[in-house]
Amino acid sequence: MASQAAEALRPGRPAPWRDPRVRGIVIQIVFVAVLAAVAAFLVHNTVVNLEQRGIASGFGFLGDEAKFGIGESLIAYSPADSYLRAFLVGLTNTLYVSAIGIVLATIVGTVIGLARLSSNWLVAKLAQIYVETFRNIPLALQLLFWWGLLRQVAPAPRQAWQPLPDVFISNRGVSFPVPHEDPAHFWMLLALVAGVAASWAVSRWARQRQVRTGQQFPSLWLGLGLILGLPLAVFLAAGAPLRLDVPALQGFNFSGGIVFSPEFAALLIGLVIYTGSFIAEIVRAGILAVSWGQSEAAMALGLTAWQRMRLIVLPQALRVIVPPMTSEYLSLTKNSSLAVIIGYPDLVSIANTTINQTGHAVEGITMIMAVYLVISLVISLIMNLYNRAVALVER
Amino acid sequence: MTDIAQDLPAPAERPPVASTGIIGWLRANLFNSVFNSILTLLALYFLAMTIPPMIRWALVDAVWSAPNGQACRGDGACWAFIAEKFRFILFGVYPYAEQWRPLFVVLIFVAMILASCDRRLWGRLILLWPAGLVVIGALMWGGVFGLSYVETGSWSGLPLTLILAVVGMVFAFPFAILLALGRRSKLPAVRVASVCYIELVRGVPLITVLFMASVMLPLFLPAGLTIDKLLRAQVAFILFAAAYLAEIVRGGLQAIPKGQIEAADALGLGYWRRTRLIVLPQALAMVIPPLVNNFIGAFKNTSLVLIIGLFDLLNTANTALTDPNWQGFAAEAYVVAAAIYWSFCFFMSRYSQMLEREFNRSRRR
Repeated sequence: MASQAAEALRPGRPAPWRDPRVRGIVIQIVFVAVLAAVAAFLVHNTVVNLEQRGIASGFGFLGDEAKFGIGESLIAYSPADSYLRAFLVGLTNTLYVSAIGIVLATIVGTVIGLARLSSNWLVAKLAQIYVETFRNIPLALQLLFWWGLLRQVAPAPRQAWQPLPDVFISNRGVSFPVPHEDPAHFWMLLALVAGVAASWAVSRWARQRQVRTGQQFPSLWLGLGLILGLPLAVFLAAGAPLRLDVPALQGFNFSGGIVFSPEFAALLIGLVIYTGSFIAEIVRAGILAVSWGQSEAAMALGLTAWQRMRLIVLPQALRVIVPPMTSEYLSLTKNSSLAVIIGYPDLVSIANTTINQTGHAVEGITMIMAVYLVISLVISLIMNLYNRAVALVER
Repeated sequence: MTDIAQDLPAPAERPPVASTGIIGWLRANLFNSVFNSILTLLALYFLAMTIPPMIRWALVDAVWSAPNGQACRGDGACWAFIAEKFRFILFGVYPYAEQWRPLFVVLIFVAMILASCDRRLWGRLILLWPAGLVVIGALMWGGVFGLSYVETGSWSGLPLTLILAVVGMVFAFPFAILLALGRRSKLPAVRVASVCYIELVRGVPLITVLFMASVMLPLFLPAGLTIDKLLRAQVAFILFAAAYLAEIVRGGLQAIPKGQIEAADALGLGYWRRTRLIVLPQALAMVIPPLVNNFIGAFKNTSLVLIIGLFDLLNTANTALTDPNWQGFAAEAYVVAAAIYWSFCFFMSRYSQMLEREFNRSRRR
């Protein structure tokens, strides 16, 4: 009797359909089989459909002549160039507008985020109105609005608006002056790099010395002096070659200076203002996340307002700010694809033209997706590295 | 001889004028330091430069009624254009005589959204929404109860925007839950597939997904089978939204203490019963505020369908501009469309902030 009960209670091998391991394997096999079947079905249909339409698949078309013009491009391009070259033009345009957009949106967002926390009632309210307005209107609509403003409402070049001296806004775009190219600029750039490197080395040394001896060193001021002073010294040594290339009215348009086309300007303004409103909220939340006791403790230690910000509040706020900031940068880059609405030749817009001309939809869309995935991964990687630098080090 | 008056409390002095009333408020809030005073003056200058021209444009110089665009030219806004085009912007190319139907659809949507905000009704939403969507479908399509049939090609304006956003979210949600569970599954094949899908979709812009749906979806289907343009866009929205929703749901799943799952196991619940009865109710309740925020994003994203040629609210506003009799009133049309989008988004974001505050109440001391 007793031995029979023990026999019944001993955990033996369960039946296969009750064994979690066996079940897991079976479920996965079924899952993979279903996925593969669906994929095979779709691929089969696509192949049949493409055959019916007489479209040869493959990336061979990339070498063909593109035969369409592109309004603006950073690299040399003519309609006689290949589709691949056109893709590259689109890619550089996308990267160009995203890079400028990320920098400007960060500045705008930080300023507005700080303004929302200002003790000045009027400034805080204005910042809040900005955020609540632009965050709640679709970006596509904002782009069309700015574009319409620049294309239709802005005056002809002869009556161009002039918000700043030598900056002109007309229906041909936004023109502003740039310094004439000069060999000294290259040496100034080198001096700037040297200054950044030197100030980094100085601040490292100063921090180590402070840890060792407790003595402080005005590394910030010396660093600023190095970063600004070295290029300035080169500039003066070269005889201060400050000749501005100023836009001037010639016939019906401006010549000289740099011109942002209405499309580029509208895309940049829209992206910066829209993303800036999100970044402002991130910055605000990050600073609010640092408890007031931290600031009080810093004041009790006798730190100045600047030291309090730099040593106590900012390092803790950055920990909260950096991860959501990464996703804002990613979404700005992805949102730059809305350029297709207003006709700025970004990657998606050019791929779209290519697909319409050649019918190579599968290849075109695969290429766009691959490019965006790579861009997303690179931005995530850079921001994750930065995040690791600011993250809390625990044990 | 002592002065009795000395022992009496002195009559309360009025606080100095400079610290009370309007002057006190101004000093405390606008001019409490040199820097703030400069900021205030700058802000006032900015307001003085922007507000009067805007009021002049929108109200003083505006034209309220005019027979055509020529009579409307001036320095101010042409609201006559909006009066002329308002029904087109709202309902687009839906048959003019039948436009009461999309109007009711919009009202039903608004009523359902408002009802969803009332937490006492949350238990019944699962019945309310399918019923509401069936009524909306019947109204839009027609062909029943003596309503004339209207094909999806004529659906446009605000109802289309709302349908894309709401139907997209409703269908994306179950898919997103499966994806989120898949991403946390113990089975490697399921996990890898879920991660690949989520990261792939989140890594590319919505436009490419829309392009894919409009260009490649017809290629994917068996030859001869065509698929409605609206349905293609809707599928794209569902696939896109699901990836983002899945990450939100995963956030909720990760926040469930392990003890809850172990307790469910101890009670002898299997995977699905444990997930349905223990894990999901807690996880989903936790992520309601980000879900509302995501819905706001989806609502704004519907404006991208103009790229594949659907007439949503933005596209009808855009198309109204092409009337040769009414040229050059882009600002007016966009301001009106923006106001409609804004009121929906602003209301929902306020609601999500309120929910967040309420949910955090238990966590606050």
